[in-house]
Amino acid sequence: MERRRTRRGVALAAAAAMLGTTMVTACSSSGGEAGGSGGKVNLVWYINPDGGGSNPKGGGQAQLAAECSTSRYHISIQLLPNSASDQQTQLLRRLAAGDSAVDLMSVDPAYVTQFAAAGYFAPVPKAMVAKIKSGGTVASSVKASTYAGKIIAVPFWANTQVLWYRKSVAKKAGLDMSKPVTWDQLIAAAQKTHTDIGVQAALYEGYSVWINALVAGAGGKIVDNPSADYQHIKLGLDSAAGRKAAAVIAKVAATGVGGPAMGSSEETQSLNLFQASGSSGFLVNWPYVWAALNSAGPGGKPVPWIKDVGWTMYPQTVAGQTAKPPFGGIELAVSKYSNHTKLAYQAAQCITSDKHQAQYMIGTGNPAAAKAVYNRADIKKAFPGGLAALIVKSLDNAAPRPLSPYWGDISTALQQKFSPPGSVNQNTPAAAQSFISNVLNGKALL
Amino acid sequence: MTATIEQTRQTRRSRRGGRKHLSDRARSERSLGWKLSAPAFAVMLFVTLWPIAYAIVLSLYNYRLTDPAGKRFVWLQNYVVALSDSLFWQDFLTTFIIVVFTLIFELVIGMAFALVMHKIVFPRKTLRTIVLIPYSIITVVSGFSWLYAASVGTGFFNHWLNFITAGAFPLDYNWFGGRWDSLFIICCSEIWKTTPFMSLLLLAGLAQVDSSMEEAAKVDGATWWQRFYKVILPNMKAALMVAVLFRTLDAIRIYDNPFIMTGGANQTQSLSMLVADETIKRVEIGMGSALSVILFIIVLIVAAIFVRGFRVDLTTTGGR
Repeated sequence: MERRRTRRGVALAAAAAMLGTTMVTACSSSGGEAGGSGGKVNLVWYINPDGGGSNPKGGGQAQLAAECSTSRYHISIQLLPNSASDQQTQLLRRLAAGDSAVDLMSVDPAYVTQFAAAGYFAPVPKAMVAKIKSGGTVASSVKASTYAGKIIAVPFWANTQVLWYRKSVAKKAGLDMSKPVTWDQLIAAAQKTHTDIGVQAALYEGYSVWINALVAGAGGKIVDNPSADYQHIKLGLDSAAGRKAAAVIAKVAATGVGGPAMGSSEETQSLNLFQASGSSGFLVNWPYVWAALNSAGPGGKPVPWIKDVGWTMYPQTVAGQTAKPPFGGIELAVSKYSNHTKLAYQAAQCITSDKHQAQYMIGTGNPAAAKAVYNRADIKKAFPGGLAALIVKSLDNAAPRPLSPYWGDISTALQQKFSPPGSVNQNTPAAAQSFISNVLNGKALL
Repeated sequence: MTATIEQTRQTRRSRRGGRKHLSDRARSERSLGWKLSAPAFAVMLFVTLWPIAYAIVLSLYNYRLTDPAGKRFVWLQNYVVALSDSLFWQDFLTTFIIVVFTLIFELVIGMAFALVMHKIVFPRKTLRTIVLIPYSIITVVSGFSWLYAASVGTGFFNHWLNFITAGAFPLDYNWFGGRWDSLFIICCSEIWKTTPFMSLLLLAGLAQVDSSMEEAAKVDGATWWQRFYKVILPNMKAALMVAVLFRTLDAIRIYDNPFIMTGGANQTQSLSMLVADETIKRVEIGMGSALSVILFIIVLIVAAIFVRGFRVDLTTTGGR
């Protein structure tokens, strides 16, 4: 009897030990938010990959983290995956679980409102809100950081697309590039000169960027009331502006000026198309193209025809109506679950200072959100020939994608209904709109 | 007479599991058994039963993780939507094709391997180790190797096929450009990876076949095929069905290979990928839960068909 009891005790102890270890391992993974080196607070900044990688001297966010660390806190970085949707998945899982080991985040404008609507962000301090609203930041970036009338994140860098073209091709086609051009003019010019227009029309977020720019350029909106919940959301795709956008896409596809593989063309493929000899004509793309063309030639030198490259404002959807170029970039946000929100906002202030934005713009080619940066001599040198001025002007006109918490779903549904580009017709906007509305109401799978 | 009747009653009762007539020893053994297994049982309940029950509850809601305020009870709407959506049936068909195609090939190739391993005496251990290598490779890694082997830029498939067909096969053939080509490569990778598992289970079954019966059949003048079909197969039916059941249930849940190779493009999305898309990418917890419950029910139905329909008894391992 005695013996049996001991055995029972041993069994119980073993079982308890097993349970205990499971719990300990479960807990230990969440450690490491406080402490750091020598009593300093360790702020963890989740960054999207940029040209600087994780190198503290690479000119990217890693360098900003090193330079903005002070005697009170150290900023350490964590790299997020490459694609915007994978970044969203990873951040969302941490935030939904209330992970206190996330302090600062680099957030793509495509899902910044989704996080804000879910209440994952700590409120921006009043002083910073006042500074953001004071007019020193480009308009589109302020718009993209606003949800339901409140500033929810700190504009860090802002991206916009411009129209890149070969001066010789434009001249041959008889296009006057000193005036705004329309998509119809571009298509006609490309057809006349047997050249291509590089666009992004693969099944990915970049396609939604193009569709949104076209709709906005025709005076429409994909979502009329972005702050509404899914039951009350009003879509504006099934409209004259939506059909005009569909007409442009259909025309680019039907005339073949979008290139042979338009349906699988992302930024890189469209840039390759612009570099192809013989058919190189026009391209709508982000400003990184300039840096890329300057190192794409033999031996890392500029391409031989670099002097033939011109740039101007994004094409108009409707003649005479100001173009609404695409908007991109990154916002900085501070997690509500962070134990050091105050320090994190101090760090954000340092990271988004004019000096650091300029340094980041030169280091990675990603344009700053602060207007003052564009007046600096070093920026004008790195983005010559009025390119810096064009970017800041384009940023002021740019239309962010709808700032709806459901943009992720809306975008995927949009891409699916507009793919392949060759199948787009006048009924596509209506079909897409009813599909999006079904998806949002849980009446269709995505 | 009455005593006998009483006895049979007792035995019947005890057979039905009546607790009243257990001996002290049996009773205390049973209670010790319960106590010993209680922690494991509690952990099992906590990690399996509770999540399953929670998933069933969640599946009745229209619930998005980032929009807790918009949570609505919608009864069975998620199930109705899922089962009437063409995307669900497209993914169902894709999964079904993968299951059937891989199962047939794995069974045939696995049986061939098992027969060879059973007969070969000399490098027995080496052979078994070599056969097991693909199974020890992580599915994601095998997915990537087949992706790189078949893609135009890095792959060797096109070069080999081009060589074999004396140049008739195009070097720039895109294996991931269409539904059937992609599914073919996905199935090949799955077959390559899991055939060893199949052959090991079948080998265990082969080992249970009484060799004297085979010899008797041989003496009676049965051909090899007759011996295989009439003696070996019926005698290893249990092991065979267990192997098929395990592989079927495994194949229904396929995720890694299509995810790595196509990401679900060209209608190659499997049901598991659909569940992951709804739950993790879109954080539509309600719809995702409903889909995973449907997947769970499909697995249950398949298991029931095997266990009831083919009379597979998972508790016996014998061939008879």
